[in-house]
Amino acid sequence: MLDLIVISTLNGVLFGMLLFLLSSGLTVIFSMMGVLNFAHASFYMLGAFFGFQLTKWIGFWPALVLAPLLVGAIGMAVERYGLRNTHRHGHVAELLLTFGLAFAIEEIVSMIWGRSPVDYRVPALLDFPAFTVFSTNYPAYKIFMLAVSIVIFVVLLIVLRRTRVGLIVQAALTHPHMVGHLGHNVGRVFMAVFGVGSALAGLAGVIAGPALVTQSDMAASLGPILFVVIVFGGLGSLPGAFIASLVIGLVQTFAVAINGSLASAFGPLDPAAGPSVLGDIWNVSVAQVAPIIPYLLLVVVLIVRPVGLMGTRES
Amino acid sequence: MRKLTLAIALIVPMFGQVAAAEDTVKIGYIDPLSGGGASIGEGGLKTFQYLADELNAKGGILGHKVEIVPFDNKTNPQETLVQAQKAIDAGVRFITQGNGSSVGLALEDFVNKNNTRNPGKEVLYFNYAAVDPSMTNEKCSYWHFRWDASSEIKMEALTNYLKDIASIKKVYLINQDYSFGQSVRSDARKMLAAKRPDVEIVGDELHPLLKITDFSPYIAKIKASGADSVITGNWGQDIALLLKAAADAGLKVNWYTYYAGGAGGPTAIKQTGLDHQVFQLTEGFANTGHQAAMDYEKAFRAKANMSLWYPRAVNEMRMFKIAAEKANSIDPVKVAAALEDLKFDVLDGGTGLMRKDDHQFFQPIYISSFGKLAANEPFDEENTGWGWHLVSRVDTPQAMVSTTCKMARP
Repeated sequence: MLDLIVISTLNGVLFGMLLFLLSSGLTVIFSMMGVLNFAHASFYMLGAFFGFQLTKWIGFWPALVLAPLLVGAIGMAVERYGLRNTHRHGHVAELLLTFGLAFAIEEIVSMIWGRSPVDYRVPALLDFPAFTVFSTNYPAYKIFMLAVSIVIFVVLLIVLRRTRVGLIVQAALTHPHMVGHLGHNVGRVFMAVFGVGSALAGLAGVIAGPALVTQSDMAASLGPILFVVIVFGGLGSLPGAFIASLVIGLVQTFAVAINGSLASAFGPLDPAAGPSVLGDIWNVSVAQVAPIIPYLLLVVVLIVRPVGLMGTRES
Repeated sequence: MRKLTLAIALIVPMFGQVAAAEDTVKIGYIDPLSGGGASIGEGGLKTFQYLADELNAKGGILGHKVEIVPFDNKTNPQETLVQAQKAIDAGVRFITQGNGSSVGLALEDFVNKNNTRNPGKEVLYFNYAAVDPSMTNEKCSYWHFRWDASSEIKMEALTNYLKDIASIKKVYLINQDYSFGQSVRSDARKMLAAKRPDVEIVGDELHPLLKITDFSPYIAKIKASGADSVITGNWGQDIALLLKAAADAGLKVNWYTYYAGGAGGPTAIKQTGLDHQVFQLTEGFANTGHQAAMDYEKAFRAKANMSLWYPRAVNEMRMFKIAAEKANSIDPVKVAAALEDLKFDVLDGGTGLMRKDDHQFFQPIYISSFGKLAANEPFDEENTGWGWHLVSRVDTPQAMVSTTCKMARP
């Protein structure tokens, strides 16, 4: 029992940090521009495929730097030539633009790399078990992912809280118009923020690609959970996203470990009643519903506390 | 303007005439070409295209050219029905499908209704991989033929093998949460209880189909249960990711699988270092030692650039040709009648039978393990240097199960 708790905690933290890696860029963009970027997971996928291709050509470590820069550049282009034009038509237009973009990126990626998974492997330098807990190995690569997530969290926090750039971003968060009136080029700030956010997604892709599976539907499979993280954590709050990622990672991992169902807690329904819809629900184990628990959390948070865990802006 | 309209009105039906007279047998291939099952679906498509080319090189079927028309169903039953209707509208009279029994059941029902409503325009459903037993039992259909062994037949073969392995004491079941995964778990429970009552089932897990990105939590659970063996029907990315997570965590158990040989599986097993500890149930594999099959494998790999996952697809297409020639027609109704009780020497050796009672094809079943190659085993998988090795062969009579099918015949 103890080993399952320890190992589930470790797995939960590792998965949670991956979620944070993915959602940090999204929350920065969301908080800054109020744009729910539906294409964010697509930028993550682009990062993974660029990472795969560049790794083949020039090796993993240069790819780790180059691929996010490429994705960031694409992000900036999207902001400059796409979002900026639709901005005056309001948030719905922006949302629809990113929504369409997500589908376009998926199609383009599957045209170039095909729909089957590509053979994107963990670099040889990190391909060994880092440590063993209760005879379960933890690959060095997962620890590397954890370290990168924490570094990104700290760097982002310092930039947002302690620098001039951060000051403007923070100000734009609560008073976007005032920042413009003070003479800052809000357009350029937006473009930079969108670029950085996309680059972070790209970085997450390069790193997560070998650990998960790099294929053309990876955006669709991870996209929805990211929205849960940023809404649950609170609009515009980086620490909120950090905590939310951890909570969701842990909740999902522990839920899988629990075999209990309503039936095991309160006893089976009247057996004479036979199989029924109610009986089916009664017998579903927590493990079986693990994947939908985060979405239930999302619904509950939106009802109880719409600004999220650590949100700062009602919007 | 009126002249133009008149010209079009005259010419367009002529095109229709030309198309109808065109000498092709269209086979609609309805399987996932996107999403989590895409890698498997693309492999199947390549296989059928290779088989069609092969038939065409030898003059096609009764002089008709064979054409494979792909349709993407995204492993989704609703989408499948849309695609099936599209296929029929495009002139398809033979549909082949395999991935996902939920899809297979929907398609079987669709074909039934279609054939009742459109007499004279019947469609046949050639199933090469959907193995839910109900498809040839309570939900059996005259228009459905299955070349893969049902999950029940495979479990029968597996448990007949396992009953003599004394080292197995604790078994963990992990399966996808839909009809096929559920039938694997219930058959495993039932048959193990009958043949090895001393074996303890220490876990019985169902997880969402093709939705999990990280199986580490499930691996932690298997480890905590103290299992020495895992039985799983997982396929597509679900088996590759499951084995990958096991490899990362260093879980050392024996894996008894239906589909570890699918795309990504062999690579993941090599990473686990589980030399000859992952087993698979198939109707054939690369290193069976049967010369004709091994020659075929070699030629297939050279052209398709993948290994032959579906020897049953070879059986299916060859039997289609034989049945059409026997009936001297490519009319689906006549082909169906000719397929019934058709005996056929399968690719990997031995004789199979398309049973009339339920349209289930019975054939020898192989249990093979994945690991370092022996001297007489030339084929590896996914360039890992490891390949499948023969462990046990269950002959056709021992791989037969009874059926509850009460077939309505036209």
